[in-house]
Amino acid sequence: MEWLEMERWSPYIVGTAIGLLNCWTFLFSDKPIGASTAFARSSGIIARLFRRSRVFEHPYYKLFPPVIDWEWMFVVGIIIGSFISAQLSGMAHVEWLPMRWCEVFGSSAILRLMGAFTGGILIGVGSRWSGGCTSGHGISGTLQLAVSSWLAVICFFAGGMATAFFIFHILA
Amino acid sequence: MGLLFGIIFGFLLQKGGVTHYNVIIGQLLLEDFTVIKIILTSVMVGTLGVHFLKSLGLAELHPKPGSLGGTVIGGLIFGIGFGILGYCPGTIAGAVGQGSLDALFGGMIGILTGAGIFATLYPRLDRLILSRGPFTQLTIPRLLQVHHWIVVIPVVVILALILLIIENFW
Repeated sequence: MEWLEMERWSPYIVGTAIGLLNCWTFLFSDKPIGASTAFARSSGIIARLFRRSRVFEHPYYKLFPPVIDWEWMFVVGIIIGSFISAQLSGMAHVEWLPMRWCEVFGSSAILRLMGAFTGGILIGVGSRWSGGCTSGHGISGTLQLAVSSWLAVICFFAGGMATAFFIFHILA
Repeated sequence: MGLLFGIIFGFLLQKGGVTHYNVIIGQLLLEDFTVIKIILTSVMVGTLGVHFLKSLGLAELHPKPGSLGGTVIGGLIFGIGFGILGYCPGTIAGAVGQGSLDALFGGMIGILTGAGIFATLYPRLDRLILSRGPFTQLTIPRLLQVHHWIVVIPVVVILALILLIIENFW
């Protein structure tokens, strides 16, 4: 079972496995893979701490009730699965500063947290605005040949590439 | 079941390397094609599998609705965030699992905040922007008014060619 302890698997093997996983989720749970909705529900769960049942009256949380559901557990699973994988390969370690980030922004952890927070806000807004993320639209949606997903993925990468190029080739 | 599938997905993402900021940024800078290789391969396998299951009556598609005001603008906003954060909602969970604390304390809190901000603004946004240019046909086969295999097969072939080109020339 040493293949479970490898640091990296071929992207083609990982991709094939993810494609098959998506078939299984459709078959057994009648659900596509996705992640951003879990964050939307979680924001509602947090709001419930302050505003109790009034949150359920809010238009957006009527569409996406702030409850723990299949996808919420799926995202929890991602954390656990990644943890197991990293433990098995010995790659698990605490890290605050990704190497490439430091190339441009130096080694201030505070700056990285601020940057990650800012980027995170845009991801949170953008994923709900477009109705999905790179898992929901990028993988599940595109394999279903959904118009919204193909368009979303193009925009994700156009925006992402332009931003990365700006940060790493102009700002740097 | 969601938990189990998630664990498998998280395991695969981590083995694939895409739970790392460096790998994702590397893709956006067109220096490291791991992300695209994984996505395209999974789409190839998945589209064949899911449409096959659909033909057998064992699966239903759940394509997401969208609109120009929603999908395009939201997608671009996501993209900008993607380039700054270096993770997406799925990979960020994976990053947390492997110990990347910038993902936990900066990123996840940011995504939750962003989702909350969007939820607050939703009623007005929906009226003004999100509802502009809705897609009347949800899938490409429907849009082209053809049977789905007529789209699936060429898509798989084209994606395979793209992967071949990336693998050999980049």
